Amino acid sequence: MVRFLRRLLGLITLAAVAAGAAVVLRRRVGGSRERVDLYFEDGAMTSFEEGSPDADRMLGFAREVIAAARAG
Amino acid sequence: MDAAQVLKDLTEISSQIEAAVLVAADGSVLAATLQDDTSAGRLATAAQALVGAAEGAPRESGEGPLVQLEVATMEGNVFVVRDGERVVAAVTSADPTAGLVFYDLKSCLRAAAAEQGDGKPRPRARRTRKAAAEGVSGEISS
Repeated sequence: MVRFLRRLLGLITLAAVAAGAAVVLRRRVGGSRERVDLYFEDGAMTSFEEGSPDADRMLGFAREVIAAARAG
Repeated sequence: MDAAQVLKDLTEISSQIEAAVLVAADGSVLAATLQDDTSAGRLATAAQALVGAAEGAPRESGEGPLVQLEVATMEGNVFVVRDGERVVAAVTSADPTAGLVFYDLKSCLRAAAAEQGDGKPRPRARRTRKAAAEGVSGEISS
């Protein structure tokens, strides 16, 4: 009985660690995606994910801004 | 306090901001954290091109003008906030606290507007309980 409980506890711990690692990994991968968020005066907001033509165009300009800022 | 001081205050307050430029509506550079004018001009031009592209992008809803934007790239993030008269653009490292950066940039624009005397009403100082009581007593006596 004690051995069974120890195994069960071990499995639960392993599952909790795996779930935590999955959450951290998902956040890191999701957080590093390139995107453009536009905010308008009336409170509307539009978001563009990398891969769309509009996003890629604005991302190109943003890279120019970053390059200009870091070159100075 | 001039525009350069406004930007200096911005970078002191917000440690996440690496560089920033304050641009007038006509495209002229009012102030920049970069040392030489050429670099500042290049940064301002690139920021305006970004704003132009953002204005031309399709939108999902609403009709108001663009007031702020954030672009997240692998190299870092770009923030732009603007009012009718000025645009402030800033570059941060990747994964900044966006809300704080936007707040600091808006404060920067307000300070620049106050410095140039836009004639816009400034926020009134909070009245203390004592001052409020004096105001009430004054109204009663008159």
